[in-house]
Amino acid sequence: MNTSPHVRPFTGLRLTDRPTVGGKGASLGELTFAGAPVPPGYVVTTAAFEAFLAALDPGEEIRAAVEALDPDDTEAITRVATPVRERIEAAAMPEEVAAAIREHYRSLDGESDTPGTPAPVAVRSSATSEDAEDASFAGLQDTYLWVRGEDSLVEHVRRCWASLYSVESVSYRRRLGLPEHDLAMAVVVQRMIDPRCAGVMFTRSPLTGDRSVVALEGSWGLGSALVSGEVTPDKYVVGKVTGDICSRTVSTKLRQHRMDPSGSGVLEEDVPEYLRDEPCLSDEEIHALVRLGRQVESHYGAPQDIEWAISRNLVPGHNVFLLQSRPETVWASREKAPTAAPKARAFDHVMALLGGSGSGGGTR
Amino acid sequence: MNDAGPAPRFPLPSELTEVAGAEDWASMYPYYTRFQPGDDQRFWFYNAMHFPEPMPAFDAVTAEAPYTALGANTARLFVFPTTLGIEHRIVNGRVYITANPVTDPEEIQRRLAVFSERAGHYYENWDELYQGWVTRITALIDEVQRIEVPRLPEFEDPEVVFEAKGVAQNHYVRENYHRLIDLYSKMWHHHSEFLMLGYGAYVVFFEFCKTSFPEIPDQDVARMVAGIDVILYRPDDELRKLAKLAVEHGVDDLFVEGCEPDKVLAALAARGDGGRRWLEALDAAREPWFNMSTGAGFYHHHRSWNDDLTVPFAALPGYVDQARRGELLDRPTEQLRAERERIAQEYRSLLSGEDERAAFDQMLGLARAVFPFIEDHNFYCEHYFTTKFYGKVREFGELLRDRGVLADVEDVFQLSHTEVGQALTDVMLAWAAGSEPVGTAHVRETVAERRRMLDALAGWSPPPALGPVPEALNDPAVRMLWGITAETIQAWSTPTANGDHEVRGFAASPGVVEGTARVLLSANDIGQVREGEVLVCPVTAPSWGPVFGKIAAAVSDIGGTMSHAAIVAREYGLPAVVGTGHATKRITTGQRLRVDGDRGIVTILDRAGGAPS
Repeated sequence: MNTSPHVRPFTGLRLTDRPTVGGKGASLGELTFAGAPVPPGYVVTTAAFEAFLAALDPGEEIRAAVEALDPDDTEAITRVATPVRERIEAAAMPEEVAAAIREHYRSLDGESDTPGTPAPVAVRSSATSEDAEDASFAGLQDTYLWVRGEDSLVEHVRRCWASLYSVESVSYRRRLGLPEHDLAMAVVVQRMIDPRCAGVMFTRSPLTGDRSVVALEGSWGLGSALVSGEVTPDKYVVGKVTGDICSRTVSTKLRQHRMDPSGSGVLEEDVPEYLRDEPCLSDEEIHALVRLGRQVESHYGAPQDIEWAISRNLVPGHNVFLLQSRPETVWASREKAPTAAPKARAFDHVMALLGGSGSGGGTR
Repeated sequence: MNDAGPAPRFPLPSELTEVAGAEDWASMYPYYTRFQPGDDQRFWFYNAMHFPEPMPAFDAVTAEAPYTALGANTARLFVFPTTLGIEHRIVNGRVYITANPVTDPEEIQRRLAVFSERAGHYYENWDELYQGWVTRITALIDEVQRIEVPRLPEFEDPEVVFEAKGVAQNHYVRENYHRLIDLYSKMWHHHSEFLMLGYGAYVVFFEFCKTSFPEIPDQDVARMVAGIDVILYRPDDELRKLAKLAVEHGVDDLFVEGCEPDKVLAALAARGDGGRRWLEALDAAREPWFNMSTGAGFYHHHRSWNDDLTVPFAALPGYVDQARRGELLDRPTEQLRAERERIAQEYRSLLSGEDERAAFDQMLGLARAVFPFIEDHNFYCEHYFTTKFYGKVREFGELLRDRGVLADVEDVFQLSHTEVGQALTDVMLAWAAGSEPVGTAHVRETVAERRRMLDALAGWSPPPALGPVPEALNDPAVRMLWGITAETIQAWSTPTANGDHEVRGFAASPGVVEGTARVLLSANDIGQVREGEVLVCPVTAPSWGPVFGKIAAAVSDIGGTMSHAAIVAREYGLPAVVGTGHATKRITTGQRLRVDGDRGIVTILDRAGGAPS
């Protein structure tokens, strides 16, 4: 495969590649490097976007017009952004960029559920801005699931770029006063898996900050139903040291998001009655997830907040995937005083506890 | 610990009603065990862990003696800063207890100074003192075995006269009986000697782990500490050895499910050399290792393995099968030790700094140092000593039966220990006077009446607690030994909150299995347990060890995660849910159960079940 500055596969990417592949792309690369089972994919780099925009707008008139907008003047934003968005969606992609996207797409293996059809991929924006985290842009730019075929893929990459000029996106950038001239977008193209269930995993307790447990939440179908709060997920707490599942709450799961039967797009529907009260994960899957969670945590050297999915089509042992991992921030930011310090004699700890002083010996 | 929901309300002692047919229950017990008017203002809980059944009159000594010793130990000997002794009361044959706290900060400081010096001496010299303890308790067991029950011959032996001993046999009836009771009391003092200090060290480590890892399962803390080479497992190890030996000597065919010990022994005797050598090995194992009560050692009718071979023989067929299949029957102690170390080291590595790790090392080291006592005292005291003690009481019972006072040896346990003393005095007087004991009719009526009352009391459901719930319930001993916390109390007060197909308790040993329930109210019925069943009982006891080799899971009404049953279940890798409060009342033999030892939930899968056999 030709190396192109416009496309870079996950393998070979690290966190430090963020400026050219965006936060999401870089983190998927790092996760792949850590040995996690990440569905394969590649990033359409900021260079591709730059090449595209340079061809479309050599005089940087678009950037100047957008930067001049008043964040509170929605009408003006709409007036300027809408035609830009339409132009991007309609414009031809530079041939070498399109060729690289197509070539890498062909190298992705199709999932076994769709023999003879093109591999389904997710097309997501991957922000590059240094001073704004991914999360700030989340939901502002478009994400497309179950995109199939080279032509459709190229089309959706363009739509992803175009979404940078949605009214919401532009308003947001103007409010933050972000400069337009170094604005760029990378786009992640990642093979879709069709999840039987999906969810999140924290390698420390979100409730207590306990670093000795992994907390898992999961529900049927795509993780979006869980993240959006439409469903009460199953909850599991697993001890890291022993691997014992110390607590297990199987919830009644009423809604799920899944692949539209047409083969593209997402369908939101009620969970069939017979599945509602069933646990979405087997013990083996729980243990596999926890092992992966610990592996990633140890790779980063800090507790992680991980998104995962279990494939509907692959066999146990090969069906667990990680979709994202980021450092846990809530508990990490809280200062914790040491629980106890050593004492002159070991039994002084007992004196402290039984003396009712509550100091030292780990009393509560 | 948060106590959500409305404050639980338990009946006051004065509100309890009499049980039909047992109105006179109080006559069985000493006056100082009765609830007093002021007791209504205090919180009591039913000690079903040690006393799951109504107390026969004699067996009340098994409350009196321990609480005499335990309280003296904490309040007077070591002078624990925040807690005095435990008080007990009996109502409708059941034992309720309450702990007396010290709350005045100045008083706590004054006691702490004394405690630091005294407890410090024990902690600093633990191993050496513990070795001395083993010597003392072993000597005490020897002493109780050597007590003689006088024969009361028609004529005294000649040497009493010719050696001018000057004391007749009937004197020794009283002296030796009193010595028996005194030794029992002394045993409890030794039992308490290290116990609370041991628990203190363990609780400190436990609390530290809970603070550093708020969601750590109790059992993981226990796994870091638990002893590997503990005497408590030895009786079961002996059974495994005997199973291997049965295969080696080609007598394994005799050990089948439901086999009767007497018939097996007879068959072995007829088997020539192999059978003889197996019987010799059995004899060697019996002393001391079969001095295991089938209960917790608190009831005379929980016989020991030596009294009744049914329990050990119920476990043998399973072990014999394993031995035949060539499975390793030895406990993998090296592996267990390595796993204990791995768990401790991994938790240690998750701590947040060097200071914490150093403190962890200190507390873990101390907890491990004290733990052999915590596990092993149980064999020496509750099992070995107690088996011998009841054996001697029975010998005095034989004397009373031979003199016509009792119809049956076992009737001796229907009299309190002071009443037995009186009945013996009656015999001493009659032997001296050349007449018949005068109390025979009275004693026999009393025995019959008390048997009736105990039957009636067995049908009474004792409330798990009495009186107002205190604002703070934080006595570490109560929590560790009895598993009683604000949450337990909340659960007790709303027993059906989780639906009628679920019974909740403490997750004591991990794993999830399904099986058929076998509800056993008395440890004597342990022979009924079949391979793969779920044992459901009021309280599991360490002597049930061998049964753990055949059951799929254990469920108990009472017990915390440090109850010995929980420890044994973990050792055997079986799911266990303890401290359910109600399992034996809500589950019947034959019902299909799912025991979730991860969550502490027992689910009744089918309501049918069979009648308890």
